[in-house]
Amino acid sequence: MDLREPIDHRVAGRASLALYLQVRIFSKLGKDHGMSYFEFIAKYGDRILSGTLVSMMLTILAAILAIAIAVAAGLMRMSPNPLVRGIATLYIEIFRGTSLLVQLYWIFFVLPLFGITLEKFTAGFIAVGMNLGAYGSEVVRGAILSVPRGQWEAALALNMSSGKRMLRVILPQALLIMLPPWGNLLIELLKGTALVALIAVADLTFQAKQINATTYLSAQSFGTALIVYYIVARFVITPSMRWLEGYMKRKMGRA
Amino acid sequence: MTLLNWRWDFTWEILPRLLLATGKTLIAAGLGYAIAIVLGLVLALAQRTPYRALTMIVREIVEFIRSTPLVLQVFFVFYVAPQFGVRLSPWMAGMIAIGLHYASYLSEVYRGGLDSVPKGQWEAAISLNLSTSRTYFRVIVPQALPPSFAGMGNYLVGIFKDTPILSVIGVAELMHAANSVGAETYRFLEPYTLVGIIFLGISLPAAGGFRVFESWMRRKLGMS
Repeated sequence: MDLREPIDHRVAGRASLALYLQVRIFSKLGKDHGMSYFEFIAKYGDRILSGTLVSMMLTILAAILAIAIAVAAGLMRMSPNPLVRGIATLYIEIFRGTSLLVQLYWIFFVLPLFGITLEKFTAGFIAVGMNLGAYGSEVVRGAILSVPRGQWEAALALNMSSGKRMLRVILPQALLIMLPPWGNLLIELLKGTALVALIAVADLTFQAKQINATTYLSAQSFGTALIVYYIVARFVITPSMRWLEGYMKRKMGRA
Repeated sequence: MTLLNWRWDFTWEILPRLLLATGKTLIAAGLGYAIAIVLGLVLALAQRTPYRALTMIVREIVEFIRSTPLVLQVFFVFYVAPQFGVRLSPWMAGMIAIGLHYASYLSEVYRGGLDSVPKGQWEAAISLNLSTSRTYFRVIVPQALPPSFAGMGNYLVGIFKDTPILSVIGVAELMHAANSVGAETYRFLEPYTLVGIIFLGISLPAAGGFRVFESWMRRKLGMS
């Protein structure tokens, strides 16, 4: 992607259209309940903002964990040692075969019985990170396998050690291949963090739920939260991944 | 070892209750998926009309639903519908929310399938003077569906794994049953572990089955 191109006006247009419609619809709804949307935002805006920040923190921490797990499990699945391979496969199948919500509850309610008590915020991002890490490991594995064979052979011919071959030749090229699917995974991860509201972590969904419980302004509270998630996913995560992709391409001389 | 905390008598006591709830989970997944299959096709076809405005609006709705959390959409449908005078039972609200969520995913799968139908098929249909609807339903969609089967299978497993989210508005499925057991007995180890095992026991064979089905389908269509 050419990074010098101007801001995508269609994207900007859509964002402002979405915001405009939101304000129009909610201000109409608000009048029926004796509170305009602006009053709603003025009163509860700071709680929505603090919830958004908690959600972003969770997303960032879970993403770091997910990437680390994905690379480790992805490499382990390609190990010649059947035990290492088996452990990675078991991990991936368990986390992909059950629900994130089940995993979250298990980590939060059951692990303490084994003597591992995690704070709810920690339990939240660990569950989300471990879940998405399992999905990500398949992306990592697929990307590594799709690096052309000639690259492996060339590294072998240059007498590189297997670690050096992986780090200097294969992984950088695999990284470029796996960036687009990681963009989707990060959006899934952002959506996954919403579930931590169910163990009472004060994220955006939790705040929306609380505001709804005290005011009964359901459309405003849940609607605002939905719009915030949408804006973060479409106008923060997606463009940053595109930028990263362009940056990597230029770094590798493939722009 | 702490694993000794596991009580088998308690396990056998709650297992029938959880298995009964598993049936409800399967029903929820099936109903939600039925909605998603039909609605997804509508969303995919609506993006292929000559009306650009319609395409853009539907596209944006699909993107919106895909990039916001299901749990919040469930809350939204359940709590906002009554404000418009529509009282929804938890089941109804849950089915609408999960059906809509997966319809937007499936519409992308269909879109890929529809795009994979060669242009020549369209031209042939035009030269045979078939109407647009006849072209779609007799020529294009039957060819677009088989390549979509893999994606559709994945999302069937996906919708099954997302049904626990419906427990937040009180749909009495598996997760809800496990939560009630936990609340009544203060024992969380057995119910939550059993829920995990039941999910694994259903979704792993299902995913494996779809992989076999997909390769069989590919061979049958001469694609591999």
